[in-house]
Amino acid sequence: MEPIRQHTGKVAPLDRANVDTDQIIPKQFLKRIERTGFGQFLFYNWRFDKDGNPDPTFELNQPQYQDASILVTGPNFGCGSSREHAPWALLDDGYRVIIASSYADIFYNNCFKNGILPVILPEETVNNLLSRMEAGYTHNLTVDLEQCVITDQAGFKAGFEVDPYRRHCLLNGLDDIAITLQKEEQIEMYERDRPDWYKTAVEKKY
Amino acid sequence: MKPRTLFEKVWDRHVIEQEEGKPAILYIDLHLVHEVTSPQAFDGLRLHGRALRRPDLTVATMDHNVPTTNRSLPIADATSAAQIDALVKNCKEFGVQLYDLHSPQQGIVHVIGPELGLTLPGKTIVCGDSHTSTHGAFGALAFGIGTSEVEHVLATQCLQQQKPRTMEVRIEGKLLPGLTAKDIILAVIAKIGTAGATGTVIEYTGEAIRNLSMEERMTICNMSIEAGARAGMIAPDETTFAYLEGKPEAPTGKHFAEAKEDWRKLATDDGASYDQQVILNTADIAPQVTWGTSPGMGTEITSRVPGPEEFSTESEQKSTRRALEYMGLIPGTPITDIEVDRVFIGSCTNSRLEDLRAAARVIKNRQVSSHVKAMVVPGSQQVKLAAEEEGLHQIFLDAGFEWRESGCSMCLAMNADTLADKERCASTSNRNFEGRQGRGGRTHLVSPMMAAAAAIEGHFVDIRQWEFID
Ligand code: SF4
Repeated sequence: MEPIRQHTGKVAPLDRANVDTDQIIPKQFLKRIERTGFGQFLFYNWRFDKDGNPDPTFELNQPQYQDASILVTGPNFGCGSSREHAPWALLDDGYRVIIASSYADIFYNNCFKNGILPVILPEETVNNLLSRMEAGYTHNLTVDLEQCVITDQAGFKAGFEVDPYRRHCLLNGLDDIAITLQKEEQIEMYERDRPDWYKTAVEKKY
Repeated sequence: MKPRTLFEKVWDRHVIEQEEGKPAILYIDLHLVHEVTSPQAFDGLRLHGRALRRPDLTVATMDHNVPTTNRSLPIADATSAAQIDALVKNCKEFGVQLYDLHSPQQGIVHVIGPELGLTLPGKTIVCGDSHTSTHGAFGALAFGIGTSEVEHVLATQCLQQQKPRTMEVRIEGKLLPGLTAKDIILAVIAKIGTAGATGTVIEYTGEAIRNLSMEERMTICNMSIEAGARAGMIAPDETTFAYLEGKPEAPTGKHFAEAKEDWRKLATDDGASYDQQVILNTADIAPQVTWGTSPGMGTEITSRVPGPEEFSTESEQKSTRRALEYMGLIPGTPITDIEVDRVFIGSCTNSRLEDLRAAARVIKNRQVSSHVKAMVVPGSQQVKLAAEEEGLHQIFLDAGFEWRESGCSMCLAMNADTLADKERCASTSNRNFEGRQGRGGRTHLVSPMMAAAAAIEGHFVDIRQWEFID
């Protein structure tokens, strides 16, 4: 996983509440068995019309947002299905930071596992960022995970909070599995004491 | 000792380590695997040269992306076939028990877990699927995880987890005929919203819950995720034990008796408290129909399609406007005037034997409306077989329903079962998101009885007024 310390990038708006993972990456693209290459399908049903042509009315299709890497969006982003294909698609399309007032749990968690920083800001601040972009205005934001602050050239400044452990892992690009594997001894001890009745027939076969 | 809730007891039993300022390391008793969210996780193991720690606690099936038609034919879609093949190959390589397409136990992962007796009270259960919350009906702590976490569990049999908060959802009163578990949970979601329980584990309590069968309890816990919760749980009781006794993988004899003693201790202690509480009375709940593109956009069958101005915040008004446009609905339309083109009875929410019985009773000796195409997709091969033994399939076929093989089917429409653009469907599934059942398709979530009645009449009807022709 690629660490994030400081990220500066162009901001794109997606002013909708409760954007679910079925919208982020529709199911017909979940058949692939790879982790990469999902970016082309991001927001597919919104980005393309039924004949596969780009829909010019969709926010993210506007030329000024083409190389954005920060997405500002409405509350409860990423609700619904647990598919990790959603953060994979965002990452593959170049997004490293998402800004919203709230997220669904599984999606929030999945972001950290993939080197995406989901920033939580108060709804007013998010709306403020969104309304700045209404007139087609583009701007860059700098998200500093070390200081936990977001700034821009024009004097915008907002602090945010992240769970310290998650922040630590993201700053250093740490692999969770390697960390847990260090607990081998405790895991073995725990396994010795598990009650017998959890050892179902499937288990007894081995 | 401080009084504890059901959730806290199960949680405490599984914490291997809790260091200050870090997530807990939680032991996982059962890991359910399916074809869509696992290939990248198995690849991850191979890439890092890691072993699968407990193949014996890992069980796989294929459900999301399987055909529900004739299984002796090869799968037509090459990418789908490759995904199915990958699961077969991975299970073989890592020694995982797989209930494949031709297995008599194949089915939707959340239907077969309980059916096989793998789902037990007090267990921690995970699966790369958000509706893992279903298994909480047995008093297990069961939740959905992403693919990175699937890999984590494969490699370590543990997960790093922040401890969630708790919410009690208490349902008072009795269930009158026509009102089902599905209506209760849809009413809860309509009340608290799709993010209402974010960050929490819900425990469902109260008279109405206690009186539910295991299958109904599963319907309730299944949709906890639609309220944003990590998991939903119900304390195990005699109903739970009676369901489990004799299930193939459940403990037997002396072990079952011992287990039962232990499971009784899981119930929330008197005096334990929850971080949040919601109370509903069944007297205030009518059969539910969703009108929008989020499970929280629901109302009663006796009601009308709402207009944006009935909502207080600008954000809700905007979402409502967008949803109504997508759904092709005009505010003020009575729900009973909404005509449907398709009916889908299936999904891990409502495709178990009792669901099929309830729907069959409604349609018995009647015909599906001439402008409706209706299908039943049993949750598992075992459900299908049991239904056929009772002759339910004949009732469905006689009425004009299609009778399919088990799988997720049109719940997520990843296989060939999809809605066409603008087709309107009464569905017993759990999500009515834009395009969920096919691009441009319009989904209304309802109970199996309500779906069955809509198939017959061609529009929604209040099932409480239905005349059964038994
Ligand atoms: S039936 Fe639907 S909700 Fe349930 S596991 Fe399958 S796709 Fe998910």
